[in-house]
Amino acid sequence: MRHQSLHRLTEPIIDQNPITRQILGICSALAVTTSMATALTMSVALTVVLTSSSIIISMIRGHLPSSIRLVMQITIIASLVIVVDQLLKAYLFELSQRLSIFVGLIVTNCVVLGRAEGFAMHHPPWQSFMDGLGNGLGYSLILLMVAAIRELAGTGELFGYVIFRTTEAGGAFVPFELMLLAPSAFFIIGGLIWLIRSIRPRQVDPVEFPLCPHSSGGNS
Amino acid sequence: MIDLFLRSVLEENLALSFFLGICTFLAVSKRVSTAMGLGIALIAVQVITVPANHLIFRVFLIEGAWRWAGLPEVDLTFLKLICFIGVIAATVQILEMALNRFLPGLHRTLGIFLPLITVNCAILGGSLFTVERDYNFAESVVYALGSGTGWALAIVAFAAIRERLRYADIPQGVRGLGIAFIVTGLMSMGFSAFVGMGSP
Repeated sequence: MRHQSLHRLTEPIIDQNPITRQILGICSALAVTTSMATALTMSVALTVVLTSSSIIISMIRGHLPSSIRLVMQITIIASLVIVVDQLLKAYLFELSQRLSIFVGLIVTNCVVLGRAEGFAMHHPPWQSFMDGLGNGLGYSLILLMVAAIRELAGTGELFGYVIFRTTEAGGAFVPFELMLLAPSAFFIIGGLIWLIRSIRPRQVDPVEFPLCPHSSGGNS
Repeated sequence: MIDLFLRSVLEENLALSFFLGICTFLAVSKRVSTAMGLGIALIAVQVITVPANHLIFRVFLIEGAWRWAGLPEVDLTFLKLICFIGVIAATVQILEMALNRFLPGLHRTLGIFLPLITVNCAILGGSLFTVERDYNFAESVVYALGSGTGWALAIVAFAAIRERLRYADIPQGVRGLGIAFIVTGLMSMGFSAFVGMGSP
């Protein structure tokens, strides 16, 4: 039992990672990865919402009629997101301005609803808690990796501290400005998926149209 | 107005520069015909919900909206998330019932996509952007139409590329999902070339 719940926690971190494996929750994820500070705030916010919504939904799962369960789940998630949003506004006002609408978009983040519907509806609270935490951590891991690459390559800083001094400041580092624009996030995620699938080949998608094994190019 | 429309279609494309609705974008783009259906459904929902949410925000939620009732300091803006998502879910449901009743043919083609749209970030994101950027009512209608069209355009183009990609010989690790991300990245770079087109 103990082993199993630990497994629930560790499995989503790499093997069943919500972003690279289940393609969930990318919507709101990538826009906040231009700096570590925003990515970390977003990760914490999402992990808190995901874990607590999993517990709550799992506790009331016996009382939810299946016809209105989606509405109830969304209402619970939205209320939790409002709480997180208000807390951020109260204590970290500048960061919440930089995150603009993306904290609010946790409501429609597919990870949260996906875990609520796919896991918490059928499992007791403790396991749902582990699953929620695991998925939150897996999501945060990818988010922080992408943010670290983008911030370091784009500005030479991490969390706002200078790691490489840029040429403008008298150093030798020329910032790679593409990293601050939208396309780079897609490339980095693509690269990460490549990396993970090279290590774990069984995640590779099957080929739809395999090549002929001995085709010798054209009609010779 | 035209400027705002062009900007929301091309330069500030919801899918490619704000990453909104990317989950659906990647999941439902294997064929051009389904992508087209989803795109049209999204435009329809976007055009209905964004102005509706805008009105609700202005009439009920904004600070001082209850002044006429003698409650000048009531500020309900924190309720906007829950209201917006409610409006979106209700609109999708009503639209589905109305289509089923009056246009069964269209319902058969679009029907399966409508529930997906409830949790599409592009819709909620559009509503939240109109609030954050202080658009007036007319601007919110134009913005809804523009951002919906932009999203539909992106998904149809992406599906067309993906249909071709199935015949390509791709390295094992990036096959499927990996290449989809990289292609989206390239498309996003392409769209960023439109920056500044709206403003003369």
